[in-house]
Amino acid sequence: MKPNRIQFYGLLLMLLVCRAAVAGVLPEDRADILYHLYDGGGVQIDGPSILVRKQVGKSVSFAANYYVDMVSSASIDVITTASPYSEERKQYSLSMDYLRGNTTMSAGYTNSTESDFDANTYNLSVSQDMFGDLTTLTLSYAYGDDVVGRSDDDSFSRDNTRQHYGMGLTQIVTRNLIASVNLEVITDEGFLNNPYRSVRYADSDNPIGYSYEPELYPHTRTTNAVGFRARYYLPWRAALQGEYRWFGDTWDIVSNTAAVTYVHPMGEWTFTGKYRFHDQTGAHFFSDLFSRSEATNFRGRDKELSPLTSHTVRVAATYEFLSEGWNFVDKGSVTLSLDYLMVDYKEFRDLTSTAPVGLEPLYSLDANVFQLFFSFWY
Amino acid sequence: MNKKLILRGFMALLLAFGLSACGTVEPWVKPYERDRLADPIMFLDANPVSTSYIQHVYEAREGARGGEGSAGGGCGCN
Repeated sequence: MKPNRIQFYGLLLMLLVCRAAVAGVLPEDRADILYHLYDGGGVQIDGPSILVRKQVGKSVSFAANYYVDMVSSASIDVITTASPYSEERKQYSLSMDYLRGNTTMSAGYTNSTESDFDANTYNLSVSQDMFGDLTTLTLSYAYGDDVVGRSDDDSFSRDNTRQHYGMGLTQIVTRNLIASVNLEVITDEGFLNNPYRSVRYADSDNPIGYSYEPELYPHTRTTNAVGFRARYYLPWRAALQGEYRWFGDTWDIVSNTAAVTYVHPMGEWTFTGKYRFHDQTGAHFFSDLFSRSEATNFRGRDKELSPLTSHTVRVAATYEFLSEGWNFVDKGSVTLSLDYLMVDYKEFRDLTSTAPVGLEPLYSLDANVFQLFFSFWY
Repeated sequence: MNKKLILRGFMALLLAFGLSACGTVEPWVKPYERDRLADPIMFLDANPVSTSYIQHVYEAREGARGGEGSAGGGCGCN
C-alpha cells in the first residue's frame, strides 16, 4: 500500500472514531404478521411474512424475518412456451443493530431457497445521526451469492455474485418537512437469465412462422438508482409524500418512477391513498421477434426488459387497538391494503392471439396485490 | 473502472461523514419542535415488512431496482 494511501485511510479511521463520540435511536420492538396475495397475468403468489424485532440491553437490537412465496404460474410466457407450474420460495433473514453514541452499525444475513435456486446475502451498514439529529447518513454494502439450477436437469448449476453499494441521507428540513435521498449501485456477475425462458425468431420453415431458442443475457450488469422522497405534515394532521426515482443500467434500461401518497388519520383509523407511475426503456438485447436464429450476441424476451409503462393505485386502512396496552403489548394495529397494478408493454406481444407474425397485439397486464397484516409493539 | 469510481465515491462520503464531527452546526429545528415529525403518519417507512414486500413485487414486474430504501433512522425524535 502506498504511504499517502495509508495516511488517507488513517485519517478516515480517526474521523470515524471521532464521530462515534457524539446518541441515536434503535428501531422499535415490534412484531408483524403479514399475509400477501398477488393475482394477475395468470400468476398467483401468496404466503406469509413474519418479522420480529427485539432489543437486548440498551444498545443491541435483533430482528428475524420469515417470508414465503407460493407461486402458481400460468403467465403469458409460460402458456406460450412451457407448461403451468407451482413452486415455493422460502426466505429467512437475521439482522443485528448495534447503537453506540449516534452511530448505528448493522449486520444481516438472508437466505432464499427454491427447488432450483439458492441465494445467500450478507449485508453491513452504518448510520450516523448528526447536526443535532437533523441529519442521518447511512452507508451500506451487501454481497450476494446465488446458485441457479434447473428442475429438469440436476447437473445444471450456474453461479451469480451481486454487490450492493448504498448511501442514504435523511434530513429534517423544517418542523413540518422531512426528506431523504438514496443512491444505490448494484453490480451482478454470472448467469443472469432465466434458464427456462426462450426468445422467438422468424422461421419460415415452421408453419406458424416462428420458432424458439434459449435466452442469452450478458454476464454482467451494473445498475444505478437515485431516489428522492419528501413528506410534509399538513395543518389538519395529515401527511403528503412525494417521491421520484431515476434508474439507469448497463443494459440500456432507463426508467423514471414517481409517486404521491396521502395519509389521513381519523380517530383509531388511518387511511392511505397512493398513486405510482413508472416508465422505462427496454434492454438493448430485448426483442419480441428476432430476425433469425442467433441473430445477435445477446438475446432476451423477458417482458420486464421491454419498454413499458405501469400505473399503480393503492388504498389502505389501518385500525389501531390496545392503545392502553395489554400485558406486555403496548399497542397493536391491523392494516388491509390493495394495490391495483396496470402494466402496458410497448414491444412485448401477446402470442395467444391469432394475428400475422410480428403484428400480434401488445400485451398488457392488470394485477391485484392484497396485504393484510397485524403489528404489535411491546 | 466502475468499481474504482464507486470506491472513490464511498471514500469521499466517509470523509464528509467524519468531518461533520469537527464543527458544530446549530440545529434549526429544535428537539421540542419535532412533535409533528414524531407522529407515526410522518414516518418515511412506517411498515418495513410491507414496504419490502411491495418493493419485491415492483422488482419482479419492472426492469428497475434500488434507490427506494429507507435512509437511516428517521428523525431521531421518538
